[in-house]
Amino acid sequence: MADLSVAEIDDLIVTSQDIIRSPEKYRDICRYKKLATLFFEPSTRTRLSFEAAMYELGGQVLGFSEASSSSAAKGESVADTIRTVCCYADIIAMRHPKEGAPTVAATHASVPIINGGDGGHNHPTQTLADLLTIKLEKGHFEGLTVGLCGDLKFGRTVHSLVHAMCRYPGVRFVLISPEELKVPSYVKLPLKEGGVPYDQTTDLVSVLPELDVLYMTRVQRERFFNEDDYVRLKDSYILTSEKLTCAKPDLSIMHPLPRVNEISTEIDPDPRACYFRQALNGKYIRMALILKLLEESA
Amino acid sequence: MNIDAIKNGLVIDHIKAGQGMKVYDFLDLGKLDCSVAIIQNATSSKMGIKDIIKIDSALDVDLNALGYIDPIITINVIQDSVRVKKYHPELPETITNIIRCRNPRCITSTEQQLPHVFKLTDRQKDEYRCLYCESKAAR
Repeated sequence: MADLSVAEIDDLIVTSQDIIRSPEKYRDICRYKKLATLFFEPSTRTRLSFEAAMYELGGQVLGFSEASSSSAAKGESVADTIRTVCCYADIIAMRHPKEGAPTVAATHASVPIINGGDGGHNHPTQTLADLLTIKLEKGHFEGLTVGLCGDLKFGRTVHSLVHAMCRYPGVRFVLISPEELKVPSYVKLPLKEGGVPYDQTTDLVSVLPELDVLYMTRVQRERFFNEDDYVRLKDSYILTSEKLTCAKPDLSIMHPLPRVNEISTEIDPDPRACYFRQALNGKYIRMALILKLLEESA
Repeated sequence: MNIDAIKNGLVIDHIKAGQGMKVYDFLDLGKLDCSVAIIQNATSSKMGIKDIIKIDSALDVDLNALGYIDPIITINVIQDSVRVKKYHPELPETITNIIRCRNPRCITSTEQQLPHVFKLTDRQKDEYRCLYCESKAAR
């Protein structure tokens, strides 16, 4: 996300909104262009939304969906894989379990690289989808009280969202997590330096009435080295209809998905639940991003 | 103890006592064929004791990287037996293959051929972060 200025993010949001309004304008805009989706670890939403995005722009898609079906299984380096794929594709979206792999890729690539998630480090296109969702649901970013709940220690989407949202005036954060999964201090640094107000609590229900946006996260098994710690913390927060009775009528409930049990399925029909709209928005913002990067590299 | 004065070369002074060999290894001084003297635990009015390295040859390396090891080091450049320059190395913007990233999730943990590159992210706090995973360098 640090690669994008606020103005560039706003531009992507404007383009996404135009795509939603007038999809026919964009139907053939990437004709004869190819997107390579290099997914070294499993993904549903990110990979499929990238592929759907490219198809809806009239382009083609090639790639792999797990490391075992690529030469990475034979020990090929990221750099060599990228140099090879650059021979076949105009733009690359990649996910890799190791942190910093997209930086290595970008160093060796002759086409634009989009980070589709690198371990627990960054997931910038999820953050763009989150920002578009907030913009569409609320109409603005300024003055919102945003609650972030669950695994705030390893939750890369939370870290990126804090970083992106704190650049808008009047935003206040409420950080809700068990003690063991609190936001790391380096994530709070831009809040402290920018004078952005935030509160930390372990109690979700007591702060629910204040929130305009509630961003729930999953406690991720794959981020723990110790299974016992995962089991102890995984059910810390479960959002139910009963808890929601004290929330604002126009609260926006978000989740990067997949969820396990942290949002009860009974909430799904509630108009305040916007996590599946958020998944759809992921396609639109990725369309805007692919367009922008292809235009810049032309 | 007498160490001959050098004619053309470097005197690396005010090295924290005990760090002399680290600087020696970092600059790969063992490969030089000129005279190199390491003085350990020399008396210092400022530091109590210190290490000093004298190299009797001009050295073509970026000595600013020493700023990461110890920013209070003083480098004296000697030409024709006269000190022509004296400075403290600045913290380098980037250090490569001096320290290793210890994050087991970093791409450098599996791709052994990658250089371990750290960028200076906070000059006040001497803070370096891995170019790839952005983990803070462990001092």
